[in-house]
Amino acid sequence: MNSPAQPSALIKTEVLYTGLFVVGLLAPFAVYPTFLMKLFCFALFASAFNLLLGFAGLLSFGHAAFLGTAGYVCGLLVRDSGVSPEVGILAGTVSAGLLGWLFGILAIRRTGIYFAMITLALAQMVYFLVLQVPATGGEDGLQGVPRGNLFGLIDLSDNIAMYYLVYAVFSIGFFIIYRTIHSPFGQILKAIRENEPRAISLGYDVAKFKLLAFVISASLAGLAGATKTLVFQLASLSDVHWHTSGEVVLMTLLGGLGTILGPAVGSATIVSLQNELADKVGSWVTVIMGAIFVACVLAFRRGIVGEIQALIQRAGIR
Amino acid sequence: MEIFGVPTALLGSQLLVGLINGSFYAILSLGLAIIFGLLNIINFAHGAQYMMGAFIAWLALTKFEVNYWVALIAAPLLVGLLGVLLERTMLRKLYKLDHLYGLLLTFGLALIIEGIFRDQFGISGESYEVPEALSGGIHLGFMFLPLYRAWVVVASLTVCFGTWFMIEKTRLGAYLRAGTENPQIVQALGINVPLLITFTYGYGVALAAFAGVLAAPVFQVNPLMGSNLIIVVFAVVVIGGMGSILGSIVTGIGLGLIEGLTKVFYPEASAVVVFVIMVVVLLLRPAGLFGKA
Repeated sequence: MNSPAQPSALIKTEVLYTGLFVVGLLAPFAVYPTFLMKLFCFALFASAFNLLLGFAGLLSFGHAAFLGTAGYVCGLLVRDSGVSPEVGILAGTVSAGLLGWLFGILAIRRTGIYFAMITLALAQMVYFLVLQVPATGGEDGLQGVPRGNLFGLIDLSDNIAMYYLVYAVFSIGFFIIYRTIHSPFGQILKAIRENEPRAISLGYDVAKFKLLAFVISASLAGLAGATKTLVFQLASLSDVHWHTSGEVVLMTLLGGLGTILGPAVGSATIVSLQNELADKVGSWVTVIMGAIFVACVLAFRRGIVGEIQALIQRAGIR
Repeated sequence: MEIFGVPTALLGSQLLVGLINGSFYAILSLGLAIIFGLLNIINFAHGAQYMMGAFIAWLALTKFEVNYWVALIAAPLLVGLLGVLLERTMLRKLYKLDHLYGLLLTFGLALIIEGIFRDQFGISGESYEVPEALSGGIHLGFMFLPLYRAWVVVASLTVCFGTWFMIEKTRLGAYLRAGTENPQIVQALGINVPLLITFTYGYGVALAAFAGVLAAPVFQVNPLMGSNLIIVVFAVVVIGGMGSILGSIVTGIGLGLIEGLTKVFYPEASAVVVFVIMVVVLLLRPAGLFGKA
């Protein structure tokens, strides 16, 4: 991956992404749009998370806080202050970014395992705050959020219109992540992941880079959360629960840590699985999620996309 | 009698609740710390194993009429044995990898354990009778002291200091400390380090189950009782740092007491006070109160 890409490989990647983009454009005519919207929200969420873990080596166990906070901010503004959906999404994203900045300046004071525990604890604090603040509706969550009219023109209560908004949001978010990873900034993040003392000795302000990565990741997680609130017209307590933080780790791990498409593939798999299993096995869903986690860690650490890449590489060598 | 406008009976009982919570924080963070010391992983399943301890005690009593005292010994042994099995079959494969994989694996295990218990017992919770010998209480003049709660504090502290003594003062503890410092050299000196690691994980996990049995009559026995607790314990561990055994005990009990006091003076904040303290500690002393920078 680090070697300069061959021109033919570049063209292949372009064809791949263009093909996927077209599939996304046509998908709502073949698959139930609400399901697709959920899928793309989680795909963006997981891709944002992967930017942090896969490319900067920082395991945040509190990403639900960003998803949920943005969802509540967006929902409250759209429902109670009557702002338009695009402003709501923007406000949600910014609030998640600010929260990410706060989490970031605290968590990057420690590394490794402590980083994960700190983000988890901070997210739990956010959970309790959301539970207790009257405006959020406590256990009931925030219900009856209207989708409204995009730019005052497009009625989003139509599922197809809403789908294209979600798809646009996902594509923009994904493009930002793609560009970030392939920028000099992304290279420095990788350098920090691989060898932090070396990056410091080369003169990079490691703390600043980590913080910026954290803020970008949190903002994009917020973008996903705010959009998700509009899709389902509610923000619920489970969005800020640590289960959701764990779920995004699982999606990323299953799809392929540190691969660009992995998190999207992983979230598609998990969301489909949950959809299929929800009415069949009841509370065994948690057990199955746990079992996938264990299997991924023990035997499948490259994830789906990582394994495919390894296969292609092996075929190329032969 | 009042202190700062708060009746002493209320203050006393909340401090007692704080002390009990603090003892649980202490046992659990102690277990996390000794596991981390030798295995370099954070055992996310610690909360689930604590919950299993409580459930084994409850099941033993309701299904097999096995009393509290037997359960207090048997549950930690059973859960410890399961821990040994997990270490031998799964955790062992991860020692050469990034420490984060250990966290992820045990997180998955926690989900599995919790999911199975939720499926079997629902989430409403079961109650466990206080054993007869410890029912009732003593009037201290300014407050009523339920005997069982006093027992919880005494038993936890005994186990905590027993563990401290074992690690600091015995030969086995010396092996353990040496293994924490440099496993290769200890292995070269002819000590069976893999066995030591297995034993350590089993013991840490057994501590969690012991706390679970102690907790069964105090709290509702509920499949989610562990996961709610363990996140607070993580914050405790961040505050105290995992470098010192006595440090984790002191931090755990201190934070329990502070939480109890918060319930008296500003109840709305009691759920988050430990996290707020964690933030303050991170700002002032990032390595933790007892951590080495």
